[in-house]
Amino acid sequence: MNISRRQMLILLPAAAVAWKSVLAGTPEESPNYKMTDHWWGMLIDIDKCIGCGNCVRACATENDVPDGHFRTWVERYHRSDWPMTKSGEVTANPLIVPEVISPDGGKEGFPVATDESGKYFFVPKMCNHCADSPCTQVCPVGATFISPDGVVLVDQKYCLGCAYCVQACPYGCRYIHPTKEVADKCTLCYHRITKGLTTACCEACPTGARQLADLKDPNDPIHEFLKTHSVQVLKPQMATGAKLFYNDLDGSVR
Amino acid sequence: MSVFKDAGHLFRFAGLFLLAFLVFLVVRHYVVPKSFGEYGHYRGAAIGEIAAHPAKFAGHETCEGCHTDETAKKMAGKHAHVNCEACHGAIFQRLPVPEQPKPSLYERLVALVVKPAPPDPPLLLHAEDPASVKPELPDTAVLCARCHTASAAKPKGFPQVVPAEHSNGLPCQTCHDPHSPALNATSLDATKQAAGGAK
Repeated sequence: MNISRRQMLILLPAAAVAWKSVLAGTPEESPNYKMTDHWWGMLIDIDKCIGCGNCVRACATENDVPDGHFRTWVERYHRSDWPMTKSGEVTANPLIVPEVISPDGGKEGFPVATDESGKYFFVPKMCNHCADSPCTQVCPVGATFISPDGVVLVDQKYCLGCAYCVQACPYGCRYIHPTKEVADKCTLCYHRITKGLTTACCEACPTGARQLADLKDPNDPIHEFLKTHSVQVLKPQMATGAKLFYNDLDGSVR
Repeated sequence: MSVFKDAGHLFRFAGLFLLAFLVFLVVRHYVVPKSFGEYGHYRGAAIGEIAAHPAKFAGHETCEGCHTDETAKKMAGKHAHVNCEACHGAIFQRLPVPEQPKPSLYERLVALVVKPAPPDPPLLLHAEDPASVKPELPDTAVLCARCHTASAAKPKGFPQVVPAEHSNGLPCQTCHDPHSPALNATSLDATKQAAGGAK
């Protein structure tokens, strides 16, 4: 590749600016980020997830998640071919009997499945960053909130650790941090997405099963995807306005 | 005027009430964080504080800036959509937390309301200082097996092998280049000689 002096003079400052935005450590150094221009969500493609646990490990590394607690985790579902309960009785509702496992949140992957019958699939779970989140409504001190760009965050300096929000989350996505003794949860890697990076889980996913989505960006591929695929959210009956969109989600997932 | 004849005690009470209200306003001014209510019923400054955490995964765009050879090879192969840090992990070192200055009396009072969070340990990223933060070569026996170990639970179209049968115990990179894992004729021949006929 031949680069002329003129092209070099244009390229170098551009590269410097891009590098600066990557290294930016404080929000003051991310002046191009405007909260009102974004509305964050995530797309999870069940068909692509292979249950490797890369996302769980990446999240723990990026966010110093303590052992035994999870900001994101992966569940493996197994629906048998026959609608039976675990005790072997035939049931009328075939959806109520999936076998669900998540050893250590799927951090080290899953045991090899040898039973070829039935249907297997992996469901990565994390905070749904609900637009009408029950967890933020119950906080007695205003320590958890929905940011103007649609991310549910915890102000850990203000949190009392009363755990109302842990109980209020219908998806079980919050926990009390064992040493900080405050509520902790997925921040949708807020420190990354405000700098133009994707989340740690999306970055580490080897199959592209997770895709960060900016619903306010008209050029985001999420819009085309939502139009052309059968996409579902978890517990739609809770009317939480969840923004974690699952492609090809099985009806048995709770 | 007979209404106010014996009203002195009421005025004294109103005065006390006013004084208490003023004290309340003063205390409130000091204990409610400045940015509370900026965007809603929460501390607006918390958004900036959360956004200021250091990122550990540099992002594949950063890696691709320097490692152009590997990127070109990867983009031509079957792992084109696998980001660098999916296998190599985040490459960073934790630096010791610098000594914090002793908090003043005012800071300690404020700390009763807004807890001081322990500072993030400073990080040194490979992307910032490639010479002093050296990445370790991933162990392919663990790394490749995480994704490619055969399991009935994985999507049918995903390439899967039973490691014990597939490689006769040889490390994966004997035959496969992890950046472009499909086998070509040369590497296959060399491998067959080495492994004594691996599948």
